[in-house]
Amino acid sequence: MLELIIVSTLNGVLYGMLLFLMASGLTLIFSMMGVLNFAHASFYMLGAFFGYQLSRVLGFWPALLIAPVLVGALGALVERYGLRTVHRHGHVAELLFTFGLAFVVEEVVQMLWGRLPVDYRVPPSLDFTAFTIFSTNYPAYKLFELLTAIAIFAVLLLVLTRTRAGLIIQAALTHPDMVAMLGHNVPRVFMLAFGVGTGLAAVAGVIAGPALVTQSNMAGLLGPILFVVVVVGGLGSLAGAFAASLLIGLVQTFAVAMNVSIGDLLAVFGAHLAPDAFFAEITQVTVAQIAPIVPYLLLVLILIFRPRGLFGTRET
Amino acid sequence: MSAAVQSGVRRTARGRGWARTGLWLAVAAVFLLLPHLFASGTGLTTMSLMAIMIIFALSYNMLLGQTGMLSFGHAVYYGLGGFLVVHAMNAIIGAHLPVPLVLLPLVGGAAGLFFGIIFGSVSTRRGGTAFAMISLGLGELVGASALILRDFFGGEDGITTNRTKLLHVAGLNFGPQLQVYYLIAGWCLLCMMAMYALTRTPFGRICNAVRDNPERAAFIGYNTQSVRFIAFCLAGLFAGIAGGLTAINFEIMNAANVGAAPSGIVLLMTYIGGVGNFAGPVIGAILITFLQVMLSDATEIWQLYLGLLFIVMVSFAPGGIAGLIAMHAPVWRARLLHRLAPAYALALLLGLVTFAGAALALEMAYRLSAGSEGGTAFRFLHVPVEAASAAPWSLAVLLAVPGFIGFRRVLPIVGNVWATTLAEARQGRGR
Amino acid sequence: MTGPALELEALHKNFGRVPIIRGVDLAIAAGERHAVIGPNGAGKSTLFHLISGRLVPSSGRIRLNGADITGHAPYEINRRGLARSFQVTNIFPRLSVFENVRCAAMWSMGYRTSLWRAVEGLADLTARTEHVLEQINLIDRRDLPAGVLTYAEQRALEIGITIVGGGDVILLDEPTAGMSRSETEHAVALIRKVTEGRTLVMVEHDMGVVFDLADRISVLVYGQIIASDTPERVRANPAVQEAYLGTAVATPA
Repeated sequence: MLELIIVSTLNGVLYGMLLFLMASGLTLIFSMMGVLNFAHASFYMLGAFFGYQLSRVLGFWPALLIAPVLVGALGALVERYGLRTVHRHGHVAELLFTFGLAFVVEEVVQMLWGRLPVDYRVPPSLDFTAFTIFSTNYPAYKLFELLTAIAIFAVLLLVLTRTRAGLIIQAALTHPDMVAMLGHNVPRVFMLAFGVGTGLAAVAGVIAGPALVTQSNMAGLLGPILFVVVVVGGLGSLAGAFAASLLIGLVQTFAVAMNVSIGDLLAVFGAHLAPDAFFAEITQVTVAQIAPIVPYLLLVLILIFRPRGLFGTRET
Repeated sequence: MSAAVQSGVRRTARGRGWARTGLWLAVAAVFLLLPHLFASGTGLTTMSLMAIMIIFALSYNMLLGQTGMLSFGHAVYYGLGGFLVVHAMNAIIGAHLPVPLVLLPLVGGAAGLFFGIIFGSVSTRRGGTAFAMISLGLGELVGASALILRDFFGGEDGITTNRTKLLHVAGLNFGPQLQVYYLIAGWCLLCMMAMYALTRTPFGRICNAVRDNPERAAFIGYNTQSVRFIAFCLAGLFAGIAGGLTAINFEIMNAANVGAAPSGIVLLMTYIGGVGNFAGPVIGAILITFLQVMLSDATEIWQLYLGLLFIVMVSFAPGGIAGLIAMHAPVWRARLLHRLAPAYALALLLGLVTFAGAALALEMAYRLSAGSEGGTAFRFLHVPVEAASAAPWSLAVLLAVPGFIGFRRVLPIVGNVWATTLAEARQGRGR
Repeated sequence: MTGPALELEALHKNFGRVPIIRGVDLAIAAGERHAVIGPNGAGKSTLFHLISGRLVPSSGRIRLNGADITGHAPYEINRRGLARSFQVTNIFPRLSVFENVRCAAMWSMGYRTSLWRAVEGLADLTARTEHVLEQINLIDRRDLPAGVLTYAEQRALEIGITIVGGGDVILLDEPTAGMSRSETEHAVALIRKVTEGRTLVMVEHDMGVVFDLADRISVLVYGQIIASDTPERVRANPAVQEAYLGTAVATPA
């Protein structure tokens, strides 16, 4: 039991940190530009596929550096030549544009790499067991993922609190209308923010790719969870995104590890459902099976009890 | 004077009423006649699908176009409507109840309305971006649940039914697709008329007001939350009917029907058709369904073209196809459309050349990539092409690059011709 | 004798720790034309937002025709008979001018969110809309999208939307802001005409307009009312002169 708790906590924090790598970029872009980038997870997927392709040619470590830069540049180009044209039609048009982009990226990835998972492997230099808890071998690669995510988090925190650019971004987070008054080259700031945000998502893709499955549906699987994170955390709040990322990471990881059925859980509270009832099959479903929908259940709960999200201040 | 004005207004209102009646009769006649023009099996199934999609897209536009709510999870109500109809059909068959098939879409509508009420009460509290994200979350919630609850949703295999086993009325057993087509067409006409009538009610108008300026709507006495909620429930109702018709048409529903794919497609077709006009979603549903049927035979990557078309529309024609057509109404009335024709023809030609080159390159890239299973030789517009050779690639570049440059050059000319023609059309009417 | 149409009692509003409205007491009688004046940043717009329900007061009470409306939602307050306009034009830009006014009339005429009547068939609604369009002089523009009107026309439409609902208390937030001399005169005549028999509360910077229209004037300075009286007495009040009016009043328009 203790073993399960420790391992699940580690995995949950890891998953949460990866979510935050993406949610932070998404929040940054949303706060500064008012655009909720529907295609954010697509850049994560591009990160994974670029990482896969580059690591076959150059090896994993150069790929880890180059792939996010390439994807970030691609993101900046999308902002410059795509979003900027749509901007005059308003935020809904921008959201629709990124929706179309997500659709197209998935099709392009399918076209180039197929629908089946690609063979993106953990680099040999990290393919060993880091430590053993009771009987579970904890792989070094997962530890590496966790450390990378934490390192980037630390850098982000430093940039945000210690640099001038960071102060401007913070100001933009709390007073979005102020960005226009910064006197900087606003279009370039937007392009940069979009590039950095998508680049961060790509980092998550490169390092998560070998551990998870690198496949053309990975953006479609993760994207919605990412939006749950931002809504649960409160649109536009970095602290909220951080808390929600960890919360969802942990809850979902623990749910996966729980092999009790819903019926057993209900029985704990003294409730029993007749086996011939219309939705009786729900009692046979295990908690592990419903793990994929846990984030969405959380979303519904948050909406009912705290519509603004955990740390949200804005209404829309 | 004011009395004269008023009687004039009344007269035009009555004239409009007759025009409307005439229009609906014409639509009914088209529905009746179409099977005689396209009697093939593919023709009938395609038209059945189009009619279903018209209902689905119009219901979606009640949210996006009328009330300004961008939903990423509208298939929930469509799919659940379909599933409940399948289960209802099987229950009716099992219990030998005397219920005719024609009424079954009502079950779908009721299901759509029911789930619209449940999920709408959670999601319509907020508008704008938050609503969009919540609709996505709820869509995923139902989509993922559909894979878990295998008894109800039948997992990946789905749940099947048999539409011919229900009560036969007037000798109709709904075995032949033609009978099913008429059933769907009848419901489509009914739903179109109902949804059009809704846009003309006080509710329909206040939806537009909430779309334009929710804050101000609150200060003229309207609770924007409840306006959004009612719109959401009604959109669910019609989506449920569309889902029910899908169940009758295919006699099977599976988990994919409530998933992200149909939610995305309905958004695409509605937007490409045009959200600002009642006819827009109808155009979109017909066009996209047609492309879906035709292109999916011709190319493996047709969805990529669909996505690109959508992006182009979002960027350059936010009013959709219907918006583009409506834009030309003053020019058409002034009989000046021929002025635009040469510039349009030139732009269209260059655009097609560019597209041909780009499409050739995309198709070849696909053949060379890991995604393809058919080897590198294929047919492009009936011409055999070998993707692993240099010649077709040079051709693609030779078509696409000069085509694109020319297209960019021609665009300002088209803009100029358009501006002068429009000005003239307006002036002519003023005089 | 009925009570006041609008009554504010010890009203406070803080933004964070900053007090904006610092204890406002005010009673406005039915049928009165009341102007709220004061220097920029005095809290005039905030006061309107509190009364109309856009903001919730930190403490204090607001009563409309004797009923407590403190903290109610804007639509509830509107349904009880209070309508307001906005300082920054706030209309439905994609709807036609006619539709703007008609939508604003629907709730109060009992059509609400009716799902089974066609709006074109509602003769009384059409008549009322046309009547107001004639009053605000926009009947010729009825079929244009409101977004393409000129600024002055949009301001007139703003007033039309506000008054068509038949509310008996009308709040106008700087109705003549940004208008030329002749446009202002026109607007004053319009306001006088359309608020006949109703209670009017307005925020206004143009002293000519204020002294022309108002029966009573309240002077709001730093979130408090320092004087509330007839125009003559307010003009003569030394505290007011010192705090705000200065010499501007010495030569009234």
